[in-house]
Amino acid sequence: MPIQILMPALSPTMEEGKLAKWLITPGSRIKPGDIIAEIETDKATMEVESVDEGVVEQLLVEAGTEKVAVNTPIAIVRQDGEAAGTPAPAAKANGGTAPAATPQPAAAAAAPPARSVAAEPAYAGETITLTMREALRDAMAEEMRRDKDVFLMGEEVAQYQGAYKVSQGLLDEFGPKRVIDTPITEQGFAGIGVGAAMAGLKPIVEFMTWNFAMQAIDQIINSAAKTLYMSGGQMGSPIVFRGPNGAAARVAAQHSQCFSAWYAHIPGLKVVAPSNPADAKGLLKAAIRDPNPVLVLENELLYGTSGPVPKGDDWLVPIGKAKIVREGRHCTVVSFARGMTYANAAAETLAAEGIECEVIDLRSLRPLDMETILASVRKTNRIVTVEEAWPVCSVGSEICAQVAIQAFDYLDAPPAKVNGVDVPMPYAANLEKLALPNADQVVAAVKSVCYA
Amino acid sequence: MPLGPNTLREMLHTMQTIRRFEERASADYHAGKIYGVVHCYIGEEAIAVGVCGALRDGDQIISTHRGHGHCIAKGADLDRMMAELYGRRDGYCKGKGGSMHIADFEKGMLGANGIVAGGISIVTGAALAAKLDGKGGVAVSFFGDGASAAGPIHECMNIAAAWKLPIIYVCENNQYAAQTPASTTIARQGEIVHRAAGYGIPGVAIDGNDIFAVHAAAEEAVARARAGEGPTLIEARTYRWRAHTERAGQPDYRPKDEIEGWKSPDRDPIARLVAHLKRDGHLTDAEFEAMDRQVLDAIERSCAFAEKSPFPAPDDALDDVFAA
Repeated sequence: MPIQILMPALSPTMEEGKLAKWLITPGSRIKPGDIIAEIETDKATMEVESVDEGVVEQLLVEAGTEKVAVNTPIAIVRQDGEAAGTPAPAAKANGGTAPAATPQPAAAAAAPPARSVAAEPAYAGETITLTMREALRDAMAEEMRRDKDVFLMGEEVAQYQGAYKVSQGLLDEFGPKRVIDTPITEQGFAGIGVGAAMAGLKPIVEFMTWNFAMQAIDQIINSAAKTLYMSGGQMGSPIVFRGPNGAAARVAAQHSQCFSAWYAHIPGLKVVAPSNPADAKGLLKAAIRDPNPVLVLENELLYGTSGPVPKGDDWLVPIGKAKIVREGRHCTVVSFARGMTYANAAAETLAAEGIECEVIDLRSLRPLDMETILASVRKTNRIVTVEEAWPVCSVGSEICAQVAIQAFDYLDAPPAKVNGVDVPMPYAANLEKLALPNADQVVAAVKSVCYA
Repeated sequence: MPLGPNTLREMLHTMQTIRRFEERASADYHAGKIYGVVHCYIGEEAIAVGVCGALRDGDQIISTHRGHGHCIAKGADLDRMMAELYGRRDGYCKGKGGSMHIADFEKGMLGANGIVAGGISIVTGAALAAKLDGKGGVAVSFFGDGASAAGPIHECMNIAAAWKLPIIYVCENNQYAAQTPASTTIARQGEIVHRAAGYGIPGVAIDGNDIFAVHAAAEEAVARARAGEGPTLIEARTYRWRAHTERAGQPDYRPKDEIEGWKSPDRDPIARLVAHLKRDGHLTDAEFEAMDRQVLDAIERSCAFAEKSPFPAPDDALDDVFAA
């Protein structure tokens, strides 16, 4: 399948840039590490390295083009063995026919009446386009206006406005008493947040990344998650811990890992992992209002992505409700956060071949909305889970186990999982790419459970 | 402010209550009525009582795994404490916390804590809340010499000093982290007070078995904190009479004569306060015996209360995981 090369982000906050110069032409043979283009922003000029191997088929953006948005396809590369002119995935949407072997759901007769799968009332009002980082910022700002006990604390959240610029403008509006720069002391400020919550405030604690929260995991689990229970219901910790989780780009093992399963394991914690700006805003607002500790697993590579967000300051997404983002009858595909990128792309590709996926965005990892998943599996009789996290004891592992336990008779194929590879994240771009799941793997997994 | 005889008698009453409560908890532990672990505070009573005596009701404290003394000194209810040790439904934690998790949020007691150094940052957060609240509240972090070697005390003293938080860090240096002598594992021969200089905050080392020294140091630190001048480190040197934990058959590696030496009347914090009051004519032997009987009666009642309270119902195990 041809590969699209996307406009890269040269920094966590870059949203667009100038494609200054191409160093390749159609027909060029490239391999990982080859310099293929130069990109300029107002801050820097950078060389773009290829992470792929193959022959350049087409340049999609002319040299000299200004304001090319991050993640825009800029070139198409054909891998060895592919015939020239094979359409790129995006061009495939209307082609293809149903594979002859696609089995029809067999257990339909035994299925109970389908329950309603609506996650929340459909929003029909006006929307505005926001990036994920703006949506998260607006969620905090609105809740801080609404409740004077809400405050934000973390490394570089005030003057610098967040390492990933999520807290832009908050210091100006709310002042240094409510937007507080901490020293680099995760255990310290996580515990301080828990104590402030016990004393009646509603802290939002930002971790620069969840990787660094490993230093604070004792406070998150032994203090925040357990205090309500240990104290016999006297007092809990109404606190939000948030920050980027999962793989970033080219930052290697200690800065690129997904903690979804770690925290979803813990009774007393709620865990959400939004994939789009509307969910990010609604879930973060719900998290701040929740009387329990809620962890918001954001994603660095999604901060700059845009989407429609309901207008106004009362948009809430219920914690614990998954969302069916695409209906289908052949296979249930469950994912969350950046995994949704692969799930959605695969569903698009498969639709062109006549396989209709029902794509579920979990949004919340605890509570896990098994009801929505099971209802879907009873309809499609197949399930594939998709996540960037390691495969052992992952969120997908739990979902597949629950499906096997609760809907075994509805399954027409063993559940399948798509995960990151079971290794610490390698640094080299080609290896990093291999360590993460992609849409092709999801396509293959769906085909395997469909015996297609 | 010098302590008047009435206040001193009240303090003595509280110290004696801590001691008798734990003697009973220990006996009931060995009798099989109390399970798990019980860490006794006996011998260190002057610290909890002297420090809490300098606090107001709204001030907040956090304790350690050795937490009964701090609970009682902050005004916790003996019945509910004993019921918790017995694992009963009317205990502070409905029987789901036990000795290491007793908390009374209404009294500003944010909990014992089963993780060494686990409470330090929590109570520093309570101090941050008090500062943001602006009503002059203060917080106290009790911790041991063992916890002084862990990261949180450094992280939090740094933050509290930088932000001038109204908090007092009270290190109860009983000279052993479980069985390990502080002198072999803590820099500067096991003396913790020197840490204060590194953070530019006042540090004072005191005889933790002298209720007057403890109270005076606490009052000064609390006044500073209330005035917005930031944290203080108090190292109260003391000794625990009993082993690290009540556990039958576990040897106590500390030298016998060392243990006995700390029990002598000139070092026992209760005997010293009794002698002081008697010398000044504010207490007689008969009055102290009457006080002790009163204390023992209260402990007996707490045990009766605990015995009468039911064990938690099976369904209770599922409650209080999440707040509604």
